[in-house]
Amino acid sequence: MGSPAAHNTDRYYVPAPSAWPFALTVGLVAVVIGVSGYLENAEIGAWPIWLGAALSIYIIFRWFQGIARESEGGLYGAQVDRTYRWAMCWFIFSEVMFFAAFFGALYYARLLSLPWLGGEGSKLVTNITLWPGFEATWPSNGPANLGGEFQTIPAFDVPLVNTLILLTSGFTITMAHHALKEARRGPCIAWMWATVALGALFLFFQAEEYIHAYTDLNLTLGSGIYGSTFFMLTGFHGLHVTLGTIMLIVITLRLMKGHFKPESHFGFEGVAWYWHFVDVVWIGLFIVVYWL
Amino acid sequence: MSMKGWLARLAAGSGLMLAALAAPAYTDTSKGYNLPTGVTEISREVFALHMWIFWVCVVIGVIVFGAMIWSIIFHRRSKNPKPADFHESTTVEIVWTAIPFVILIAIAVPAAATLIKMEDVRDADMSIKITGYQWKWHYDYLGEDVSFFSTLSAQSNAARQLKSGVDVTAVPNYLVDVDRPLVVPVGKKIRFLITSNDVIHAWWVPEIAVKKDAIPGYINEIWTRIEQPGTYRGVCAELCGRDHGYMPIVVEALPQDEYEAWLTRQKGGEAVNQTSAIVAAPIAVAAAPAQTATDATVDAPIEVAAGDAAAKPAGQAPTKDALMQKGESVYKANCAACHQANGTGLPPNFPSLVGSAVVKGDAAAQILQVLKGKNLMPPFGHLSDADLAAVITYTRNSWGNDAGVVQPADVAAQR
Amino acid sequence: MAHAHAHDAHGHDDHHGPEKGIMRWIKTTNHKDLGTLYLFFAFTMFFIGGLMSLVIRAELFVPGLQFVQPEFFNQMTTMHALVMIFGGVMPAFVGLANWMVPMMIGCSDLALPRVNNWGFWILPFAFGLLLSTLFMDGGAPAGGWTMYPPLVLQTGNAFPFLIFAVHLMGISSITGAINVVVTILNMRAPGMTLLKMPLFVWTWLITAYLLIAVMPVLAGAVTMLLTDKYFGTSFFTAAGGGDPVMFQHIFWFFGHPEVYIMILPAFGIVSTIIPTFARKHLFGYDSMVYATASIAFLSFIVWAHHMFTVGMPLAGELFFMFATMLIAVPTGVKVFNWVATMWRGSMTFETPMLFALGFVFLFTIGGFSGLMLAITPVDFQYHDTYFVVAHFHYVLVPGAVFSIIAAVYYWIPKWTGRMYSEFWGKVHFWLSAIFINLTFFPQHFAGLAGMQRRVPDYAVQFTDWNVMSTIGAFGFFVAQFIFIINMLGCCYGWFGRKQNLPDRVWEGARGLEWTVPSPAPYHTFEDPPQLTEAESTGAPAKAH
Ligand code: HEA
Ligand code: HEA
Ligand code: CUA
Ligand SMILES: [Cu+2]
Repeated sequence: MGSPAAHNTDRYYVPAPSAWPFALTVGLVAVVIGVSGYLENAEIGAWPIWLGAALSIYIIFRWFQGIARESEGGLYGAQVDRTYRWAMCWFIFSEVMFFAAFFGALYYARLLSLPWLGGEGSKLVTNITLWPGFEATWPSNGPANLGGEFQTIPAFDVPLVNTLILLTSGFTITMAHHALKEARRGPCIAWMWATVALGALFLFFQAEEYIHAYTDLNLTLGSGIYGSTFFMLTGFHGLHVTLGTIMLIVITLRLMKGHFKPESHFGFEGVAWYWHFVDVVWIGLFIVVYWL
Repeated sequence: MSMKGWLARLAAGSGLMLAALAAPAYTDTSKGYNLPTGVTEISREVFALHMWIFWVCVVIGVIVFGAMIWSIIFHRRSKNPKPADFHESTTVEIVWTAIPFVILIAIAVPAAATLIKMEDVRDADMSIKITGYQWKWHYDYLGEDVSFFSTLSAQSNAARQLKSGVDVTAVPNYLVDVDRPLVVPVGKKIRFLITSNDVIHAWWVPEIAVKKDAIPGYINEIWTRIEQPGTYRGVCAELCGRDHGYMPIVVEALPQDEYEAWLTRQKGGEAVNQTSAIVAAPIAVAAAPAQTATDATVDAPIEVAAGDAAAKPAGQAPTKDALMQKGESVYKANCAACHQANGTGLPPNFPSLVGSAVVKGDAAAQILQVLKGKNLMPPFGHLSDADLAAVITYTRNSWGNDAGVVQPADVAAQR
Repeated sequence: MAHAHAHDAHGHDDHHGPEKGIMRWIKTTNHKDLGTLYLFFAFTMFFIGGLMSLVIRAELFVPGLQFVQPEFFNQMTTMHALVMIFGGVMPAFVGLANWMVPMMIGCSDLALPRVNNWGFWILPFAFGLLLSTLFMDGGAPAGGWTMYPPLVLQTGNAFPFLIFAVHLMGISSITGAINVVVTILNMRAPGMTLLKMPLFVWTWLITAYLLIAVMPVLAGAVTMLLTDKYFGTSFFTAAGGGDPVMFQHIFWFFGHPEVYIMILPAFGIVSTIIPTFARKHLFGYDSMVYATASIAFLSFIVWAHHMFTVGMPLAGELFFMFATMLIAVPTGVKVFNWVATMWRGSMTFETPMLFALGFVFLFTIGGFSGLMLAITPVDFQYHDTYFVVAHFHYVLVPGAVFSIIAAVYYWIPKWTGRMYSEFWGKVHFWLSAIFINLTFFPQHFAGLAGMQRRVPDYAVQFTDWNVMSTIGAFGFFVAQFIFIINMLGCCYGWFGRKQNLPDRVWEGARGLEWTVPSPAPYHTFEDPPQLTEAESTGAPAKAH
């Protein structure tokens, strides 16, 4: 055991043993078993999903609560703070790569597979013999016209509004950050609630848009490659916005409970970074999915 | 090199001779332990490239492993108690970065040249469309209206069953023989249009150095010009499900005139006749995996086949027994792979036919599904009305099913 | 303020040591406990995967179908690969990182101990799900570990379990990787500059970047499979404008870096062991670091060399051929540096050194066949034959697996405070080396002569090669029992050896891990040590 004598400032906080990670795994596995059962319509029913989800959410809550306590209890030195920053950066990077897979699919479909089906390059025969008469256009649901005719959502309509909403929310959260750093807690909390509201508004419009797409435009997951890429990209993004909004709410409540200090408030910054990431992904979506 | 040399010798010692003897069974120009030199200009270039890279690696290996072995022998503590302490030299690093780079260029240039040749499918003399099915190949001579399926030969098919008890070494060309080979002329630039009907397959014939994936929904083009007449064998190279190992390829290259003759023989009604005969024949053996193919089983199908070749489906309707007997053999050849000999299938992918709604239900619907296929099930329109009527009757009246007889006429009606 | 608290809470933690019983392992946040768990898990998976490979080899012993149905054979092939890669090699390397990285850079634990625990405990569940599919109707996944659609979409009830198991493994790898990166970037002992870090730390740092970059891409790819099968999307269906080949591109964008994920830590291990037993500084430390980095970079632009036969445009085929060939250059630099390190050293050949040298020989052979595969026009002949199978087993088994075995022999005295049996270690090495070559060398010939992959039966002229291969496989498998007994012997002191080993178990070894007692105490380096020139594994100061 290390000598208890000298405690140089770089002494690192080693947390006590914990059962949360294990329990969280149990929760997640219950969920995936439930979902698998549902997908393969086995008899087990939906209960593992709800049970697992409930457990997971509870654990995650307790886990972060614990971290918040440790942090407020001042157990974290400068080094732990750096750790969390690095970790958050790399986590966000991994998220970026996850989206990259779907952007890649969109790119491939638009610039390669559709033109090929349309007989471009070395694939003329493909078009003539397998898909006679098919012309590569975008948007497209493929030579078999899967899911039937559909219309797309114009970029400079609700999506534009949503873009503005997210950009503004990026602004409001930055204002909140400044307020926090200047120890002006009231305004900070106000700006935060504004951000939360904008996030919620975005989600509302997004939901409206989906309903509109399914009911009026006949644009569905089944609408060939366009529907696939459109809903997977916007869908996963929406999911991230939802998570982000929840995180924002938690942080705001913590602020109201007097958490965070002007000089150290990584919990806040981490969520802010995440929110900016969600924001940037949306810009990408707006340009390549809706606009171009 | 020690490991390598040592093993090569061991290999040679134990296996090579035998392998070399058995080799002609598959690729005549390979010695059983190396790539075939093949029978096309391309295949020979590819072989030359292969050997060139191989020797490059051998030389580098000799140098690197030589140095290692040297130092293992002479720089051990017993021989060299006091280690030297050099540990860095930018010059050396640069040298052994540069040299491999140069070597690589010496490989890349000829490789690129060959590759460019291979991809040039322009001005071909004839085109053949190749379609992969789970688990057989379909060949379509474009512009000749000659087309047929090519499946694993009956004898191999019987021998390859689990615990068939057949001595596979006695089976000629075990697993690389088919009922109907792809016949092509020598000396012509032949363009292959390769695609698939279900999953991804890959059409590979080593001796013409052609391997291309068959992608459903897309067509890949590749070409060859075979120089010597002969029989060249290959296999499906891309994992395509349970019988991936059982969809071989046989290419028969004939002199132009013989090819012409073959082609005319294929044209007209005969093609049909061929098919059903072919379909029927293998079955006979398959039906009796123990290889004791009794005349009865052999003849029966062919008679009926001949019968329906006389293209008058309405004519004297075969009896239920005839249908059942032939149906069983057609079933074994075409359906058993998925639905199993006892009809129970392999759920969930391959549903059971025992008491199945489709089989017990409306005959017309079942005929349609067999003709057109459904989900994983390929269409069987290429079988003759008689064969289809027989096999459908068989499914409707076996394993406790009892749903009445279907006549060739009924099938014809649905086409 | 903050500081005072830090201290009591701390003093509280480390003195109550580990808990007792099973709960210790479930709740532990200690890098050594988790390292041990990872290694035992990997060990188990190696043997399950090994047993599957024996089913494969047994069926292939002679032509004809003797034991299993083709469908089950394909399940074995698929599961064998998934278990070995995601359950064997990767967790084994993570386990070694858990044990060694903190001790090598002189910190108390990984940066995120609880996340570390989570990352581990996901694995047993993930593989529980995956292996359970063997007992479902429709059986386990049989589409190959590459999961190509449309074939993989024919999987039965196992399908969603396959997908979610992959997702879970992804989460585990990403959390593990983030943990390693953060620890290395943030918690090095004073004096340990980046260019003084042990190479095992360097290679793991770069491996972790690769993991964070590509595991999410795999997750995305399999997610698209899921929606294609159940939610009517058509990413991989031509009829809807998609393309089955698109999956292959996304998969191999993950898949090729993945293969380097399985070899870079091995490079690190070998670069640690050879200097120790050559009693000489690693030759060209800096160039080793740069070579590793460039291999990692190149690994992102070569993926399509796995798909030369799908009918890419000529330009693509040429680009990926050239890019792939380039990787031979930095890898060569590594090999040459290892040889130069041995050169005029004062070598002894304890078991870890034997496995390290075996690695250099046999990995290089695997590398050569890799280079041959990179030549597009010839790969048309090699592709999907046993030549490929031979290639990647040379780099994976006497490559990755040998390095893991070497690492375990090298560090287990430090972990357990007991020395393994050198004699049996040597026996283990020679048997392994002989049998592994007997297993995989003949596969080169079978492949060249025309035997395709993923088949349960073959044309008769391949018989001899397969007979040899099967004998080798069984021999190799049996030989591993020597290893188990030797290692468990160290863990539980079966051979009653009560030794008090010196801190520096191998007299030629450098590095902070050799400055702490053997066995290493439950908590090491709570007060960061000062890195002395003597322990620095980087290029010696005077060189700069
Ligand atoms: C640890 C894993 C690992 C490693 C390190 C490698 C290393 C390499 N691999 Fe391999 N590979 C796999 C694992 C690995 N591979 C797997 C699992 C598959 C099959 C996947 C599947 O389909 O299931 C595969 C398949 C595979 C293919 C596809 C084959 C096909 O399916 O048709 C190709 C093609 O280019 C390839 C190439 C290479 C190359 C060029 C290297 C290079 O990195 C090798 C570099 C090393 C050397 C060259 C030797 C040392 C160098 C010198 C001594 C210097 C001088 C040498 C020269 C100048 C020649 N590999
Ligand atoms: C790391 C990966 C890995 C490893 C270790 C192995 C190990 C082995 N493999 Fe595997 N194999 C693959 C990865 C691997 N394989 C892949 C990716 C494929 C392609 C699958 C596909 O086509 O989809 C494949 C396919 C494959 C085939 C082709 C199947 C086919 O195409 O149909 C064959 C056939 O002989 C085979 C055989 C073997 C054998 C005999 C071993 C033997 O070496 C097994 C014996 C090994 C052990 C018993 C483990 C020993 C390890 C230790 C003792 C380490 C101790 C651990 C710790 C201390 C933590 N493998
Ligand atoms: Cu068809 Cu493999
Ligand atoms: Cu690769």
